[in-house]
Amino acid sequence: MTAAIAKRLTLTNAFWIGALIFSFVLAANARGWLPRWATKYPRKWNIPVKQTITDFMNWLVETATFGLFTFQELTRGIAWLLEWPLAFATSLLSSGFLQGQGSDAVQILPPLTWIAVLVVIVAIGKYARDWKLAAFVGACFGYLAVFGQWNSAMVTLSSIVITVPFGVAGGLLIGIGGYRWPWFERAVTPVLDLMQTVPVFAYLIPVLFLFGFGPVAAMIATIIYAMPPMVRITMLALKQVPGEISDFGHMAGCTKRQLMWKVLVPSATPGLMVGVNQVIMLSLNMVIIASMIGAGGLGYDVLTSLRRLNIGAGLEAGIAIVVLAIALDRLSQAFVHRPPPVHIDPSQNYLQRHPWFVTCIAVIVGTGLVGLVAAPVQSYPEALQITTASFWEDLVKAINVNFFDQLEAVKTAVLLNVLVPVKRFLLGLPWGWTILLVTLAAWQIGGWRIALLSVVLSGFIVVTGQWPKAMITVYLCGVSVMFAALIGIPLGIAAAQNARLGRVIQGFIDTLQTLPSFVYLIPVVMLFRVGDFSAMIAVILYALAPAVRYTAHGIGRIDPSLIEAGVVSGCTKRQLLWKVKLPLALPEIMLGINQTIMLALSMLVITALVGTRDLGQEVYIALTKADTGRGLVAGLSIAFIAIIADRMIAAGARKARARLGLPEH
Amino acid sequence: MSSLSRIKTALVGAVALAGLAAGGQALAAESKDPIKLTLHDWTGQLITTKLMGEVLKRGGYNIEYVQADYIAQFAGLKTGDLHVAMEIWETTGRDAMDEATKTGKVVNLGETGMQAIEEWWYPLYMKEKCPGLPDWKALNDCAEAFSTPETAPRGRYLGGPVTWGGFDDERAEALELDYEVVHAGTDAALFAELESAYQRKAPILLWVYAPHWAPAKFKGEWVDFPAYTAECYQDPKWGSNPDMAHDCGKPRGPIWKVSWAGLEKKWPGAHKAIKAFTVSNDEMANMIVEVDLNGKKLDDVVSAWIGQNEKRWRTWIGK
Repeated sequence: MTAAIAKRLTLTNAFWIGALIFSFVLAANARGWLPRWATKYPRKWNIPVKQTITDFMNWLVETATFGLFTFQELTRGIAWLLEWPLAFATSLLSSGFLQGQGSDAVQILPPLTWIAVLVVIVAIGKYARDWKLAAFVGACFGYLAVFGQWNSAMVTLSSIVITVPFGVAGGLLIGIGGYRWPWFERAVTPVLDLMQTVPVFAYLIPVLFLFGFGPVAAMIATIIYAMPPMVRITMLALKQVPGEISDFGHMAGCTKRQLMWKVLVPSATPGLMVGVNQVIMLSLNMVIIASMIGAGGLGYDVLTSLRRLNIGAGLEAGIAIVVLAIALDRLSQAFVHRPPPVHIDPSQNYLQRHPWFVTCIAVIVGTGLVGLVAAPVQSYPEALQITTASFWEDLVKAINVNFFDQLEAVKTAVLLNVLVPVKRFLLGLPWGWTILLVTLAAWQIGGWRIALLSVVLSGFIVVTGQWPKAMITVYLCGVSVMFAALIGIPLGIAAAQNARLGRVIQGFIDTLQTLPSFVYLIPVVMLFRVGDFSAMIAVILYALAPAVRYTAHGIGRIDPSLIEAGVVSGCTKRQLLWKVKLPLALPEIMLGINQTIMLALSMLVITALVGTRDLGQEVYIALTKADTGRGLVAGLSIAFIAIIADRMIAAGARKARARLGLPEH
Repeated sequence: MSSLSRIKTALVGAVALAGLAAGGQALAAESKDPIKLTLHDWTGQLITTKLMGEVLKRGGYNIEYVQADYIAQFAGLKTGDLHVAMEIWETTGRDAMDEATKTGKVVNLGETGMQAIEEWWYPLYMKEKCPGLPDWKALNDCAEAFSTPETAPRGRYLGGPVTWGGFDDERAEALELDYEVVHAGTDAALFAELESAYQRKAPILLWVYAPHWAPAKFKGEWVDFPAYTAECYQDPKWGSNPDMAHDCGKPRGPIWKVSWAGLEKKWPGAHKAIKAFTVSNDEMANMIVEVDLNGKKLDDVVSAWIGQNEKRWRTWIGK
C-alpha cells in the first residue's frame, strides 16, 4: 500500500519535472514552432465584454427605472441619507456647525477644541483599559497637533468614525444572514471574494456616476472595500459559539431574534471585535484613494506633498495616518479584552457613577467657551508646531548622492538575473499550455471543482484579450511574493522565538501596512528609477506583513508537547526548527503566503503609478479615461488570478493539515 | 403671519444683507446656491481655481470648492453636481473634454490665456556632454551619454504616463532616435527621477511641461524638434521620414475652462466672468514658484494677486 503511494508520488513528481523542462524549451521556441494564434491570442476572437459593461452602466445611470423613480434617484437618495451623519461628524470635529452653503456660510458653533478631543480620547483609553493605554493614545493625538496635522486628521477621523459603524453594521447583518441560511452564505462568498480582490480604482468610476461627487462617494467605496472581513468573521465567530450556549438559549425559551441578539452575538463578541479592527485598518488604507475623489484630509496632504516632491511633508502626513490607525486599533483591541463591568453602588449620584463622562462634557463646554476668546485653545497654535520635513529630504538626498552606484549595481543584478528571465519565460509560454498546466495543478491539489474554476476564470482572461498583461501581472507579483516570503518567513521565525524582538517586528510591519505606499514609492523611484524594480520593492514592502504574521502565529500555536517530544528525542536547535516546528507550522505559513499574494495583487494598481505595464496599469488607464467597462474587465482579471491562487493554496493547506493530523480551522 | 415665517423672512433678509455687504452689489436675480469649482492636485490648477473663486466671491456669488479627479470630474460636470473646471489642458484633457461637450451637458468657456508647453527636456549640465543640443539631431550623437545600464548603448527617454498620450514611441521611431522610451506612471514619479538625477548631476532626458515648478527650479532646456503642424501628425509624407507621421515636436495648446451647461442660465453674471478670465503663463509661473519653491501659503499668494490686479478682474465681473 505505502509502496504504491510512493510510486504514484514519484510518478507525479516526474511528470511535473518533465512538464517544467518542456515549458522552458517551449517558452524559448514557441514563436517559431507554433502558429501565431497559439502564442498571441488574436484580437478578432475577443468577446466585447468591456463594451457590454460600459453600455450596461450607461443604461443604469441614464435610463434604468423602477417606475416611480429611476435607479440613479435611488442611489442619490442613499447618498443623501449617508450625507447627514457625515456632515455632522465633519462639523463636530473640523469645520464647525455652519448656517448656509458655500462661501456664504456662517459658523454658528465652532468645532470641538483640540484640547477637548485630546481629553476625550485619553478618557476613552482609560475607560477601555488603563492609564498606560490612555497615555499612549494621548501621545498619538499629541503627534497630530504638534506636527501640524490636526485639521486634516480631524477630517479623516470624521469620515472614519462614520464609515466604520456602517461597515461593521452592514458586515454584521450580512454575516448573520450567512449564518442563518446556508444558501445565502454560498451566494455571498464569491461576492466577498470579488469585493476584496477587484481593485478599488476599477469601481471608483461607477460609484461616482451613481452616488455623485464628494465625500459620500468616497465613503461608499471605502465601505465596499472594508466590509468583507467583517462578514467573514461574523459567520466564523457565530459558528464557533459553543453548542451549549445556544442550547441554553433554547431552553430559556428565547425567540429566534432573542437567541441571536441576546445570546449568540454577545458570546461571539471577541471574534466580532477582530472584524471591527479589520474594518478600521482597511478604512484607513483607503484614505489616499478616497482623497482622490473628494474625501480630503490626510490622504490629500500626502498626495499634494508628493506631487511637489516634498518627501518630508508627505512622510509626516503618512505617519499621521499610521498614528491614527494604531491609536484606533489599540483602542478597539482594548475594548475586546475589557474586564466585565463591576457592580456599581446605586446609592452614588450621577457624577460619582460617571466621572469620565462628566469630565469630558465639562472639558468640551469649558474649552469651547474659552476657545471663543483665546484662539490657541480652539486650535493648536501654529508657532508651536514642529516639522522634520527637511531632515527626510536631506536623508534621501544623501543616500542618493553617496550610494546610488551601489544601489544601481544591486538593481541591475536582480533585474538581469531574476526579473527579466522570469518575464521572458511567462510571456513566451503559449496561453493554452499555461492554462493546461494550471488546471492540472489545480486538479491534483484540489480536485475537479477547482480545476473547472481555473479553466473558466483563466479562459475569461484570454477571451477578453488580457493575457499578456495578466502574465506581466503574474510575473511581477510572483517575484515579489517570492522575495517577500524569503524575507518574511525568517522574520516571522525570529519573532516567534524571541518575545521582545517579536514586539519590535510587530511594530515595524504594522507601520509598513498602514503607511500609505505612495509615501515610500517616491523615494524608491528616486533611488531606483521608474520601472519594474521600483514596483517590486514597493510590492514587497507592502505585502511582507502577512508572511511575517502567519509564520509567527503558526510557530506560536504548535502544541508544546510536540516540541517537548523533539527536545527529549535529542534534536539540536536546528533540527527542532527544520524537522519539527516548520513542518507543523506549514499550513499556517501557506495561508500567510496566500495573504501575501492577495496584498501583492492589490498593490499592483498603486505600482501602476510608477509605470508598470500590467493589469494594474490597465485599471489605472481606465480610471483616467473614465471607462467603466475597461476598468472592470481588468479589475476582474486581477480578481480571478487572486481567486485561482487562493483556492489552490487553501486546498493545499487543508491537505497539509490533514496529513499532519492538525485540527481544521 | 406666524412667528415661524417671520423668523424665516428675517433670516432671508439677513442673508441677503450679508451677501450685499460682502459683494458690493449682488445681482439680486441670480441664484444664491453655491457655484462648485473643482480642485485637483497640482498647484497651478489650485491657484487658477482660487483666483476665479475669489473674484466671483467679490462679485457677490456663493462659492464652494470641491476636490475632484481631473478626468473623473466630467461625470459630475455633466450631471450638474459640479459646475466649473478651470484647467483642462489641450494636451492631456482634450479627449475627455470633447467627449463631454459632445453630450451638450458640458460647455467650453474658452481659453484661460495660459499655453501648455510639453516637450523633451534636459538639464543644462547635459549640454557639456552633448554640445550639439538643443537641436534634436544631436540626440543620436549623445545616445550613449543619455543611457543607463539597462538601455546602453541606446539612450533613455522618460516619457509621461501612458494616459497622457504624446506619441513619444512613434516620435522616437519616426525620427530614428536611438532611444528607449520608458513611461512614468505619474508626474510625481517623473519629477522624482528628475530631482534624483539633478542631485547627482546624472544624465536624464524626460518629458517636462509648463506651467510647472520644475522648469523654474531646475535649469534646463527643451529639445528643438521640427515645429509641430497638423499635417506632421496626419500625413506620413510630411517631414524627414517619408513613411511615418509624428516626425516633429509636440503641439503646444491652450488650457481651457469648461462648465456645466446649466451655468449660464443659473448664474449668468458668473458665466460671463468665467468666460472673461485670463492670466498669462508668466504670471502663473511666478505664483507657482512662490507656493511650491518659496513655501508661501497658496491663499496668501492668491490674495496678493487679487490686491494687485483689481482693475483687471473688476472688468470681468462687469463692475
